[in-house]
Amino acid sequence: MTAALTAHGLEKRYGSTVALGGVDLEVGEGELVGLLGPNGAGKSTLVKIACGLVRPTRGQAKVCGARAGSRDAKRRLGYLAELFRFPGWYSADELLELHQRLAGSAGGANERADLLELVGLAEARDRRVEEMSKGMQQRLGVAQALVGSPPLLLLDEPTSALDPVGRRTVRLLLEELRERGTSVLLNSHLLSEIELVCDRVVILLRGEVVTEGSPNELSRARGIEVETDEGTRMYDGTREDVPRLVAELVAAGREVYGVRVLTSTLEETYLEAVGGESS
Amino acid sequence: MSAVWTIVGYGLREGMRRKVFAVVLLLTAGFLFLYWLANHYVFRDIAHVGPPAGIEPRPFAGAFLFGLAMFATLFLGVVLAVFLTLGAVRGDAERGLLQPLLVRPVSRPMLLLARWLGTVGVCAPYVAAVYAGAMLITGLTGHWWPDHIVVPAVELAAGVAIVAALSLLGSVFLTSTANGIAIFMLFGAGLVSGLLGSIGHALSSHTLEHAAKVAAWIVPFEALYQDGLREITANTTGLTGFLLQLGPFGGAYIHGAGVRIWAVGYLLAVGAIAAFGFSRRDL
Repeated sequence: MTAALTAHGLEKRYGSTVALGGVDLEVGEGELVGLLGPNGAGKSTLVKIACGLVRPTRGQAKVCGARAGSRDAKRRLGYLAELFRFPGWYSADELLELHQRLAGSAGGANERADLLELVGLAEARDRRVEEMSKGMQQRLGVAQALVGSPPLLLLDEPTSALDPVGRRTVRLLLEELRERGTSVLLNSHLLSEIELVCDRVVILLRGEVVTEGSPNELSRARGIEVETDEGTRMYDGTREDVPRLVAELVAAGREVYGVRVLTSTLEETYLEAVGGESS
Repeated sequence: MSAVWTIVGYGLREGMRRKVFAVVLLLTAGFLFLYWLANHYVFRDIAHVGPPAGIEPRPFAGAFLFGLAMFATLFLGVVLAVFLTLGAVRGDAERGLLQPLLVRPVSRPMLLLARWLGTVGVCAPYVAAVYAGAMLITGLTGHWWPDHIVVPAVELAAGVAIVAALSLLGSVFLTSTANGIAIFMLFGAGLVSGLLGSIGHALSSHTLEHAAKVAAWIVPFEALYQDGLREITANTTGLTGFLLQLGPFGGAYIHGAGVRIWAVGYLLAVGAIAAFGFSRRDL
């Protein structure tokens, strides 16, 4: 099975500045991968190489087996940039029609109506982009990326301008896309969002992958906190060790008042991985 | 190829909707009114016009006035073309307008070609309309008509198309402001080369005339304007024809098929450099 996106030894240098220092990454078919990292870690550069906007200095990226930036690769992806703008005089429907033509989508009016419905803009079909709020434009951007039902979606900060309701809409949309088998590379600063929807998380720091794994794998066990008649004490172990631990304490004559399994959150893992770096 | 035509349509729509188009239309209306006023008074008092000895006053006044209108037409067309293209690559990329288009299955050279075609699609009809308007004003007011009508109009439109290509090339490397300044300076250089030729002619300086010719070849929109200028009095012979070819903004020293072939080659070379530069640009 061909991966939706592969990157091998991907390097990008701007003069003496290293934006990417040899990244290996794979997004499987139907997989939702979250890309995390501080500002300047190389997340946007990686996404831009994948969609052909930036040329790598070394290494290779492929979209569904086609060289990133090639016409075949572009046919298989949808992209929402972190900073984007659509011409203000287009209505939502006209903009999607423009992208249908460019993408060669035969979906017609039905596809446009479905996409607007999907992002909660069904009522704004004829509204001009210049009359939309930033959040509405961002949702329209997501709909635009979905034109032609591409197998790979590259989303660079898709919820940065959205309110909580808008974020939830996008989150539900991502879950639906996963059910449909669409692969997604999601670049976001919102850890909670990544934790909720992503199958796998990749953390970049100074152009290199420093940690990767599923949110569960990255949320490591930190021990068991037990409150007894002797006070509160920490024990090593995971959730599975709780019954045995409680039985041993009771057998030893202790009175157990409370047990709490402690795990590190994705946020803690992230902060540990990037060493508190923010830019 | 359908994606290219989609972007051509996008460019046409953008061109028609931008405020610059409305401003240019307003300027055009003002120019044509002033031009009519000038024609009205010149031809009303044609008996008082004192051309050089041996020259007929009507073709003298008509050709000079129309030569002026041709220059104004070229200038207005250039203003429109430059403002439609000066931020087409770097400017649009900085504003985030370009990226959503470029991730679609459209190659960068095709996108440039489409933007150029879209600009020419707006500017060429505009140039033709202003040219025709000025010709009708002079013809109906002063009863003077250019010897050749179509070729000068096509050459003016082609000159504007070359400036549009240069502006697109500049937009790959320069910011919008820097590109606008650079292209207008280049246009000014073309104007200066024409004036330089006239000064050289007046002073009988072959060196100046030669320098003016070289400069006009370097900026072929000026050479095309000069060729068009010669075309409007192509059938006027003798001293009258010779003097009329001098034109109000420099003489028609460069003319013929060579200029036109050079203009096509120049356009292709500018396009190739722009496509190469764009293909290597990170966005």
